[in-house]
Amino acid sequence: MRLAFVVLAALAAIGCRQDMHDQPRYRYNSASDFWGDRRAARPAVQGTVARGQLKTEDTLYWSGTIQGQAVDLFPMPVTKEVIARGMDRYNIYCSPCHGSSGKGDGMIVTRGLKNPPSYHTEALRDQPAGHFFNVITNGNGSMMPYAARIPVPDRWAIVAYIRVLQRSQNVQVAELSASDREKVEKEEPLHPAPRKQEAGH
Amino acid sequence: MAQIFKPSMNTVSKVSIVALLLTAGGVGAALWAINKSPFVARTRIPFDQAVPFSHKHHVAGLGVDCRYCHNTVERSASAGMPATETCMSCHSMVWTNAPMLEPVRQSWATGKSLEWNRVHDLPGFVYFNHSIHVNKGMGCSECHGRVDQMPLMYQQNTLYMEWCLECHRNPEMRVRPKDKVFDMTYQHPADQKELGAKLVAEYKIQKFTDCYTCHR
Repeated sequence: MRLAFVVLAALAAIGCRQDMHDQPRYRYNSASDFWGDRRAARPAVQGTVARGQLKTEDTLYWSGTIQGQAVDLFPMPVTKEVIARGMDRYNIYCSPCHGSSGKGDGMIVTRGLKNPPSYHTEALRDQPAGHFFNVITNGNGSMMPYAARIPVPDRWAIVAYIRVLQRSQNVQVAELSASDREKVEKEEPLHPAPRKQEAGH
Repeated sequence: MAQIFKPSMNTVSKVSIVALLLTAGGVGAALWAINKSPFVARTRIPFDQAVPFSHKHHVAGLGVDCRYCHNTVERSASAGMPATETCMSCHSMVWTNAPMLEPVRQSWATGKSLEWNRVHDLPGFVYFNHSIHVNKGMGCSECHGRVDQMPLMYQQNTLYMEWCLECHRNPEMRVRPKDKVFDMTYQHPADQKELGAKLVAEYKIQKFTDCYTCHR
């Protein structure tokens, strides 16, 4: 009797297998022993062009250039939605270093890094939109490329928002609406200060 | 002929019936508890990783957005694990000599991937898609817990089917405004039921409880 129970328990334990759980297929970011680099996801063969992504066509869209020159044009109409999207993406990907107002005073500066350049200089205000698109795509100096992280339309939206930031810090008082001018003359802030990042650690 | 059972057996038989029921119930309760325990469900167990990455430091301390690293969460089934390039965006300049980050520098120098241990390991027969959840007002912390309070990553919830279904049946109890999806500190208001019902209608959230929603 006791032996039968042990045998039954052993059989039941063997029955508990995880084959359905751990199926013989690769998932996102799985490792593989088959390939030398241990990646299940294979890189595209060199020279592969996805449909509709031939980068020598529509160079304005893909690189912000026309005939090799960075141009001050956008490949799409800059609408309110585009700018809102740009603000959203800027705050995720750019503000850690460039700061939420583009002064180059992001969180990373408090970690001992030297300030990235402020957008609010004559030199950077004069740069064409294509220049900013190129820097986001390919990196610049100690800034890493963001091409792998930010899709092309979002990069353009960010460029549009950088223009908004530049404008926000470079307005003549005479250009303001009457109510805003009144606030400036009373030295009141026009808009609430941007949310401060929690400090610590 | 002597009696086989003494009168005291009346009591013994009653007690043994009760004892049998209690034992059966106790075994059931124990199995239920074991099934939900961290040991079986793998919850609340920090995983060993090549680099002891702290979400607490990066999220609560530095204010880095979830999407800075998990950048495909809004447009793909997988939230995405950061490439070494993402780590090096800061760590080529910050903590460049920290021994803790040696595997990251190795990966950057050699081009070999950092190998992380998967913390949230859904069974192979479950097809989960991050993008539809975050785009319909389901917050990260709803499933992943307060990641901003986790020095080492662990799984907050069991990821059992009953746990998925609890929300798939009553999404109005979990949904939040879309602009709060990535807010780790978000707390549901007291009138969540009313707000939830409004958001469910606004975001056109459907109560998908068919098998083929997740199993195909």
